[in-house]
Amino acid sequence: MSTLTQTSGATRTSTMAQALNAALRDSMREDPGVHLLGEDVGALGGVFRITDGLAAEFGADRCLDTPLAEAGILGTAIGMAMYGLRPVVEMQFDAFAYPAMEQLVSHVAKMRNRTAGRLPMPITIRIPYGGGIGGVEHHSDSSEAYYAGTPGLHVVTPATVQDAYGLLRASIASDDPVVFLEPKRLYWSKAELDVAAAVEPVGKAVLRRTGRSAVLITYGPSLPVCLEAAQAAQAEGWDLAVLDLRSLVPFDDRTVCEVVRSLGRAVVVHESTGFGGVGAEIAARVTERCFHHLAAPVIRVTGFDIPYPPPMLEHHHLPGVDRILDAVARLQWEG
Amino acid sequence: MTVLDHRPTAPVPGWLPGATSPRTDPSPLLPDSSPVRVLGTPAFQKADPELLLDLYRRLVVGRRYNQQATTLTKQGRLAVYPASTGQEACQVVAGSVLQPQDWLFPSYRDTLAVVSRGVDPLEALTLLRGNAHTGYDPVATRTAPLCTPLATQAPHAVGLAHAARLRGEPVVALAMLGDGGTSEGDFHEALNFAAVLNAPVVFLVQNNGYAISVPLTRQSAAPSLAHKAVGYGMPGRLVDGNDAPAVHAVLAEAVERARSGGGPTLVEALTYRLEAHTNADDATRYREDAEVTAWREHDPILLMERELRDCGLLDDAVAAAATEQGEQLAARMRAEFHAEPELDPASLFRHVYAEPTPQLLEQAAQLDAELAAEAGR
Repeated sequence: MSTLTQTSGATRTSTMAQALNAALRDSMREDPGVHLLGEDVGALGGVFRITDGLAAEFGADRCLDTPLAEAGILGTAIGMAMYGLRPVVEMQFDAFAYPAMEQLVSHVAKMRNRTAGRLPMPITIRIPYGGGIGGVEHHSDSSEAYYAGTPGLHVVTPATVQDAYGLLRASIASDDPVVFLEPKRLYWSKAELDVAAAVEPVGKAVLRRTGRSAVLITYGPSLPVCLEAAQAAQAEGWDLAVLDLRSLVPFDDRTVCEVVRSLGRAVVVHESTGFGGVGAEIAARVTERCFHHLAAPVIRVTGFDIPYPPPMLEHHHLPGVDRILDAVARLQWEG
Repeated sequence: MTVLDHRPTAPVPGWLPGATSPRTDPSPLLPDSSPVRVLGTPAFQKADPELLLDLYRRLVVGRRYNQQATTLTKQGRLAVYPASTGQEACQVVAGSVLQPQDWLFPSYRDTLAVVSRGVDPLEALTLLRGNAHTGYDPVATRTAPLCTPLATQAPHAVGLAHAARLRGEPVVALAMLGDGGTSEGDFHEALNFAAVLNAPVVFLVQNNGYAISVPLTRQSAAPSLAHKAVGYGMPGRLVDGNDAPAVHAVLAEAVERARSGGGPTLVEALTYRLEAHTNADDATRYREDAEVTAWREHDPILLMERELRDCGLLDDAVAAAATEQGEQLAARMRAEFHAEPELDPASLFRHVYAEPTPQLLEQAAQLDAELAAEAGR
């Protein structure tokens, strides 16, 4: 992986993986308290190469290859944070983070609260998540609802190269713990990256496409699918807006409700299961707050309520353009 | 014949050195076959008399603290109290063996250790009283919050000690666990990380015989819990947990070893919980009176007092002074806990995030309105 250096105003084409690598590098250069730890993050540079070259530049102590034990990795990071460091943890794949769930829920999320603010947890937990890369079981879960349902955690997920850089920088700088969900099927997506550009802050949703007919509300790996669906919908006379949440916690009620009130029709799209999912929360909030502005029920387009399927079947599970367009058609609701 | 029958007794020709060959001679890591003792041994004569008297005084005051807290649960003044009665030798040593810059990582039963560390006795009880989670300042007192999930504080101790060592600061972390906690995965991950990182950590397991109702024989089949250290590449030490000077000697040595770069140690202290698991537990369902009676005769205070009187270090006046100090503490606890605590509902939203989310601000306003409506009724 080529190395991005921080040169003011410099814009260059970058993959999302390179942007994440640059964000880690620039954060480590700026703040000696930033320490990376995880399985394979050192010499190998991570299985997705997100930490490529960082052990060489910052040493094995600041880019620490740990024993293979996720609870131990996160638990150790907690102690490091208690001593004033700013750990960034890599959980190799979404489903591999589950052994660390107790440390995450009982300690990372609650330590500030348990200690009346005396022990903040400035930990960033990077989790490659989601499907679409042909991974076998336990390599494609979308676990955002577990994290979003845990008070004390921020849950952030970039969908663009620029956000991958900016949101990761902001997450590492945050004094609160951030579950940073990396949409692994977008790791190799390319776009212009300006490391000096201003980035919308964590907690602010961004309209990626304006429209007059309805809004697709989405995040992470589903953003490109929604943009493609919006393009295709034009042929059917639908002018769709696409809203990228970027952050599930804090949740940007304000922007979401503004857009929904102005358009009156909304579809929530994500690839994780629908029951008890983030889409259910969004649909409920929108209905509670925008009911009199709605011309149709808020519709969810999600993965099925099944364990993540084998890779040769995953395309049936993941919401694609057609499933989104079917939902958009249902927005012509007459009551 | 199984494949195991083919296991070679001598190195296989061509066996590669390095990763797969034995790296450590286990024998120096193994615990002594019988627990370390000081009371009743020649080592007692060499012990510092001032240290012995200080330990005695702490034991007596600690016992009174345990008794008063247990009484307060019966009066409904504490939500719950897991007493360390019978385990005071471990508690008062763990709280006093550390230097000010060191960190203590207690479990829920280790309130007395927290008090012995210098934390205010009433602040140490807020979690168990139910009016706040952690009443003391963990940073100012270098004492982590009482940890209720089992063994999860052990990797925190490793991470903190590792961070301190990276900064070149001579800080040691002492993590306290029970015998039940050694069955949890976090215990094993913490030991492994500590050994691999050579972190300045001491793990103190107070083996009090039972994890609530489950006896040690159903908890572990190892020769001792201290033996578990060997598999991770650190020394295991076995000590009589009711022999305060012995616990002090073993822990002080482990702390010094950690501070001087020698790495982690696992200490198993053999002790006994004389009371039930908590006030909500009925210990008569799972253990015999005879067993409890035998352990009462091995009470850490009795053992200490007998020896100190035998050698003339302790007289009635010194004993009475210690008792009086305990009574004063108990009186302070009664006075404080019989008053209704001041509670602030707004505190619910105060420390969830550095900056509250819009959703929390809305909910705080909702609670405000509910309280105003109640007040106006």
